[in-house]
Amino acid sequence: MAVSRISSAAPRLPRTTQYAFLPPVLTFLLGIGLWEAAVRLFNIPLYLLPAPSGIISTFLSQPGYLLRIGLYTFGEALAGFVVGCTLGTLLAAVCVRFRGLADGLIPFSIASNAVPIVALSPLLGVWLGATTAASKIGVVAIMTLFPTLVNVYRGLTSPHPDAFQLMRSYAARQRDIFLKLRLPASLPYLFNALKICSTLSMIGAVVAEFFGGTQNALGVYIKSQAGILRLREAWSGIVMACLLGITFYLIIVALERVFMPWHVSFRRDRP
Amino acid sequence: MMTTAPMIAIDHVSKIYNSNGSAVTALHDVSLDIAPGEFISLIGPSGCGKSTLMRLIGDLDQPSNGTIMVRNKTPERARLDRDYGIVFQAPVLYDWRSVQKNVELPLEVMGRAPADRHARAHAMLKLVGLQDFGDSYPWQLSGGMQQRVSIARALAFAPSILLMDEPFGALDEITRERMQAELLSIWGGAETDTTVIFVTHSIPEAVFLSDRVVVMSPRPGRIENVVTINLPRPRDIVTRESPRFFELVTEVRESLRES
Ligand SMILES: Nc1ncnc2c1ncn2[C@@H]1O[C@H](COP(=O)(O)OP(=O)(O)O)[C@@H](O)[C@H]1O
Ligand SMILES: [Mg+2]
Repeated sequence: MAVSRISSAAPRLPRTTQYAFLPPVLTFLLGIGLWEAAVRLFNIPLYLLPAPSGIISTFLSQPGYLLRIGLYTFGEALAGFVVGCTLGTLLAAVCVRFRGLADGLIPFSIASNAVPIVALSPLLGVWLGATTAASKIGVVAIMTLFPTLVNVYRGLTSPHPDAFQLMRSYAARQRDIFLKLRLPASLPYLFNALKICSTLSMIGAVVAEFFGGTQNALGVYIKSQAGILRLREAWSGIVMACLLGITFYLIIVALERVFMPWHVSFRRDRP
Repeated sequence: MMTTAPMIAIDHVSKIYNSNGSAVTALHDVSLDIAPGEFISLIGPSGCGKSTLMRLIGDLDQPSNGTIMVRNKTPERARLDRDYGIVFQAPVLYDWRSVQKNVELPLEVMGRAPADRHARAHAMLKLVGLQDFGDSYPWQLSGGMQQRVSIARALAFAPSILLMDEPFGALDEITRERMQAELLSIWGGAETDTTVIFVTHSIPEAVFLSDRVVVMSPRPGRIENVVTINLPRPRDIVTRESPRFFELVTEVRESLRES
């Protein structure tokens, strides 16, 4: 019995999850259909809610432009993401070394979940310049730092005490305990943080641009078009923001599979 | 009765834990000498300090009173010299490492050359009958197989002392008896005479495996009796069915009842 389980060791999705994407996709299409029907049926005026068909045709009339300003904003999101997640990871490692720091910093970081950090945007605009990319990168970095710190710290401290006792019995150096036990054990937690932060960073960058930014930025475009009631244009910008956010998320998910093929969530035979 | 110098000398050892204000005496005035190559079982009800005693020997914790000497060294020195191989009740394998890489872990930490540790780990897996599973991951193995990997890992660096804390406690009775026989053949076949400290709840298991069974009693944890198991080796199924085996099982059981 055990042998037959071994032979199918290659990470392959169980049959049942091969079609797991169907229900959400169908729900999505149904929602779009209902939206379209409602707009036509009740003659909802354009300045309140455009029909999906109108949004799609506006989107398709200028995909290159939307992609260009989208990528500018995505660049800010990515830069902030890299800064925030890197700092968060390094801080988590420092917290493991100095537990006193962890006792002070971790509860504070958990509490920061409840703080709408995007609200700091105007302040960062004052400090770093309202139209600069730096102020957006700053907002995203702050937004992503704390979830990464909390999650990675949890991961680094997650191994069972016996796993540490084992290392102690080998007279292992601190460096080996970190690299061969704490770090690999923290990978699932790190990727969890990166997934959360990928979506957070796109939201952060777009919203931060609402408070000011250069003309070629997606958030600025959405805000200005909505301001002059060109809602189809505003919505097509939102669509681009969604596409970029989802793509970012999926890239992280793909990296997760590459770096942790051993992880429980990818196993064929789950207990 | 000890003819050679003891491998492990436990001398009037006590251990008191202070947990939120109240002091718990986990071990009270325990003395015991263990000979090189001896197989010793610690048996007794939950909370009698079996794990504590094992942890003190292995320098995973320090005694409150008394001394422990291991090959005339402190336990700390012995640990730094890599004298201890440890097997816990849970296999404690690292999920992200293949079976082969799990067995190589101590060798990596100890700075052995890659070719050396590969060969050594492979030999250890062969010893526990898992040579075909080196590339598998821990979660692909049954509980018994995982525990065999954990034993292979403990033996990989040829420690002189094997500390085992209820290693078969989570296994079913059939797997358990097979693992006991395997452990004896591995131990008998090891290149050095390995001294084994084996913690268990099971009387037949202790009698089948050991040279001496140390019966402990709780509150405070202490040694109640030491039963010498003079069954011939190698031991097998015939041993389990011999009248002498049942006599010794009864003797250990009586000691436990008195405690
Ligand atoms: N780290 C600890 N802190 C406080 N009390 C402990 C600790 N470890 C063990 N004890 C206590 O010491 C006693 C002996 O425990 P242990 O050695 O684990 O017993 P056994 O392994 O025989 O079941 C128990 O009463 C237990 O609650
Ligand atoms: Mg115990």
